Amino acid sequence: MFYIYCPHCGEHREEEEFHAKGQAHIARPADPDSCSDKEWGEYLFFRKNPRGLHHEMWVHATGCRKFFNVTRDTVTYEIKEVYKIGERPSVVAAGN
Amino acid sequence: MSQKNRLASGGRIDRSKSLRFKYNGREYQGYQGDTLASALLANGVDIIARSFKYSRPRGIVAAGAEEPNAVLQLGATEATQVPNVRATQQELFNGLVSSATNGWPNAEMDLMSYVGKVGGRMMPPGFYYKTFMYPQSMWETYEKFIRKAAGLGRSPLENDPDIYDKLNHHCDVMIVGAGPAGLAAALVAARSGARVILADEQSEFGGSLLHSGEKINGRPAVEWVAETVAELEKHPEVLLLPRSTVNGYHDHNFLTIHQRCTDHIADQAPKGQVRQRMHRVRANWVVLATGAHERPLVYGNNDVPGCMVASAVSTYINRYGVVPGNELVLMTTNDYAYQTALDWADAGRKVVAIVDTRQSPKGARIEEARKRGLNIITGSAVIDVQGSKRVSGVQVAPIDAKGDKVTGSVERLSCDTVASSGGWSPVIHLSCHTGSRPEWRDDIIGFVPGKTVQRQLTAGGINGTYSLRKVLEEGATAGAKAAESAGFADAAKGIALPLSEEVKEGPAMALFHIPHTKPTARAPKQFVDLQNDVTAAGIELATREGFESIEHVKRYTAMGFGTDQGKLGNINGMAIAAKSLNQSIPETGTTIFRPNYTPITFGAIAGRDCGELFDIKRYTAMHKWHVEHGALFEDVGQWKRPWYFPKAGESMQQALDRECKATRDSVGILDASTLGKIDIQGKDAREFLSRVYTNAWAKLGVGKCRYGLMCGEDGMVFDDGVTSCLAENHFLMTTTSGGAARVLEWLELYHQTEWPEMEVYFNTVTDQWATMTISGPNSRKLLAELTDIDLDNDSFKFMDWRQGKVAGVPARIFRISFTGELSYEINVQANYGLFVWEKLFEHGAKYNLTPYGTETMHVLRAEKGFIIAGQDTDGSVTPIDLGMSWCVSNNKPFSYIGKRGMAREDCIRTDRKQLVGLKTKDPKKVIPEGSQAVNDPKQAIPMTMLGHVTSSYYSANLGHSIALGMIRNGHNRMGETVYYPQADGTVIEAEICSPIFLDPKGERQNV
Repeated sequence: MFYIYCPHCGEHREEEEFHAKGQAHIARPADPDSCSDKEWGEYLFFRKNPRGLHHEMWVHATGCRKFFNVTRDTVTYEIKEVYKIGERPSVVAAGN
Repeated sequence: MSQKNRLASGGRIDRSKSLRFKYNGREYQGYQGDTLASALLANGVDIIARSFKYSRPRGIVAAGAEEPNAVLQLGATEATQVPNVRATQQELFNGLVSSATNGWPNAEMDLMSYVGKVGGRMMPPGFYYKTFMYPQSMWETYEKFIRKAAGLGRSPLENDPDIYDKLNHHCDVMIVGAGPAGLAAALVAARSGARVILADEQSEFGGSLLHSGEKINGRPAVEWVAETVAELEKHPEVLLLPRSTVNGYHDHNFLTIHQRCTDHIADQAPKGQVRQRMHRVRANWVVLATGAHERPLVYGNNDVPGCMVASAVSTYINRYGVVPGNELVLMTTNDYAYQTALDWADAGRKVVAIVDTRQSPKGARIEEARKRGLNIITGSAVIDVQGSKRVSGVQVAPIDAKGDKVTGSVERLSCDTVASSGGWSPVIHLSCHTGSRPEWRDDIIGFVPGKTVQRQLTAGGINGTYSLRKVLEEGATAGAKAAESAGFADAAKGIALPLSEEVKEGPAMALFHIPHTKPTARAPKQFVDLQNDVTAAGIELATREGFESIEHVKRYTAMGFGTDQGKLGNINGMAIAAKSLNQSIPETGTTIFRPNYTPITFGAIAGRDCGELFDIKRYTAMHKWHVEHGALFEDVGQWKRPWYFPKAGESMQQALDRECKATRDSVGILDASTLGKIDIQGKDAREFLSRVYTNAWAKLGVGKCRYGLMCGEDGMVFDDGVTSCLAENHFLMTTTSGGAARVLEWLELYHQTEWPEMEVYFNTVTDQWATMTISGPNSRKLLAELTDIDLDNDSFKFMDWRQGKVAGVPARIFRISFTGELSYEINVQANYGLFVWEKLFEHGAKYNLTPYGTETMHVLRAEKGFIIAGQDTDGSVTPIDLGMSWCVSNNKPFSYIGKRGMAREDCIRTDRKQLVGLKTKDPKKVIPEGSQAVNDPKQAIPMTMLGHVTSSYYSANLGHSIALGMIRNGHNRMGETVYYPQADGTVIEAEICSPIFLDPKGERQNV
């Protein structure tokens, strides 16, 4: 069970207080109507499944209800960094 | 009462406290301080189990968590039955009742053993798979017999009378294991002021020091243990947990500890006490001081009762005052095990021989054994054991220096006990739980913890460090480092290390599998995993059959799959596989241990989360009234909602018919408090609504309500509800009862991540309001008696809301309808809810005001073809599929959520499954929900299915059954017939029709 630092509350809390919301930094296309079916399908359904660093979104569901991003190693489950929505990660996988 | 193997003195048992216990129906006696295993051995009970596959007699082989055989059934009553208890870990108490887990008719005389004897050679690994695979249809029959023969423990048939609970902790330093390393670590960490938890699975702290007879600071080590524990008890920040197994080491230093609080006292916990407790610990730093398990050697017939692990023999002698036999043969690959022969001799029993596999061993203990005149046979091994229910002798033969083959003639020695030692395997299980791969070390002939990302340190036996002096050093160092890393400076300063003499030891031999004169496949059975009856020959066969990965070998042979997780056998098995594959052990690798370290009861996992406390229950403000008026309840999410209100003698259908008719004929009332309510404010609230709903919101005026559909980006409906404009920048959204939390998170998601520039705020107000819906032609008359609001149809129209008072209480009234009738939804502050509800009944008697529940609500809305999101939709249904294109806007400026999804190629097909009404040919027949439609019921199976029935009821108002369902291309098939084949072979015929069965023009709600 993870121990997650909520950047809005400024505290570590148990994973039970959070919901995982999948891959981070997936922006809704600015003009959905001009997307092809393929583009829209990629936005909707296709996600990365990296071995190693992964940027993912979490929400402090039973806490402050705020969304934020977590950079986590999917092999060791280490949380490398926590940052707010709109911020860029400082820890990134090589080649990214 | 004879305890023929009990010594007159010595050990940590209290001979003045005699305890009676039962095993397999017979009465025995032991002492306070015994485990069930030591008491059985004291009484000379040799056979405690029949083996899993071959039904061979088995005895106790170890003294701790690693025991593979002595897995017993416990419990004096049906309700207190506990399966699969390791007798080596169960403390004896007065009145304990136990029995062997397998063996039929009993373990002593087992009929299945003849199958093992006769068929043993014909039962290689994969035997069950290979033999019982065909015909496949017979597997269920085979399985019953195989399971019965395997005879695993049984669970109780009655409810557990005991209480279990859970406790959460945080600590600076969590120390696992209270042997010498753990105690030294705890002492140093505790003195630094750190918050320390020290847990050990045994009843007493001390670990190996409780039986090793070693010295610390020149005095018996147990004295140092007592002093250390006494000091630790005085530190206010230290929590000592004996009888507590750290069973799981999870991510981010989260550990689960299974504490057996009263298992050692009685069959059932004393009144007011919990039986077991699960500690959930989040530790800053963890010190693993879990020690090591001695490895037995793999030799012919090494499973005959009387074959034991060497250190276990010492433990029984020194800790429990029990010598488990009379004549010992010790086989060893190392110096340390000589101690067992010395202990045996000290106990006054005969050491027949020490068989050392090394050619010319040298060391202090060997010198000691020579001095005492013990018979040492070097460069040899016990290649076979004689005896069936107890060892009667061994075959000893010289072997070559590599341990590959027998090099000389075989000699028979008479004995009743064989102790073997192949060295030690560090207890690395917990370090593996977090995904760390163990590393092989040739110098200690064992796996040690590999690299980890946890804030974890290790000390003592787990590192392959076995000299007491070094173990204490490592413990103290780890304790200091953990405390300092956790922020307690200078923890290491001024620590006087406990000192212990170094014992000079010669090198051990890396030997796992003792050769026989015959090749392994033809030699007597050499067991690797005693619990699962896996032999050396079986592992070699697996590699010959092409299994190269150790994980595959494990699964094919079932090695390590028992309740003991192969604590004794796994390393031997890997070594045998490696040799057979002609590669090194590191190349072969090891399987990974997973939680839990030892089996854990369901009680401890459940804790208090059972029975009444299993899940949260939510009640509305009017719950008490519902109970008093005989409501039956339905769970909707966590809510308890009235289902229907039967009167005396009424069947469910009769009650529903009455409730439905009363509502349409006069007036009914529904407690709708559970509907999700989200208060939305901010200058961009209106724009936000138009982005998350499929329909238009730009023109909804203050005082108006509107129904909305919410879709995902894929265009599929996921919730619906009415949203009302309370003020220019203020809205109240309602959601389905079960979807409230999900919808709120959805709104927050889009606001926080996609449109943070919008000024809008959301808050849940579900619990703040009590909601009661009165519905039916007389609802206006009833409400008029209680409110100051003008209810005239021209001023308070359908889909309007008004603020005012009801029964003198401030209220919001929404004129919306889920029944198709004239309907008012009255919302008052929740704590006035019951008062207003009762006032309505005071005035409603003359209108036959009838309370109804969710079931009547479902029937009434289905008569109108109103959907329930989650019942009539399942995440694959668009608004268009529902025939609700009127609720989808195509000219909103912003591309709202769901719009693009609905335009996908697959979503614009015209032959999608679509929601339709269904009228059965037999008006009394109600199609079971979930039934699948077909065009031709006579077609061959599997039939082509067209869609399923989502809602189905008998409508008393209409006098016939009604149903809603999905039908492929249904909107274009009005009037056509479809068939619903049932499990019983009958077929229900139905006509596709409009889903609106009653009042298609919607006149009744507008009166």
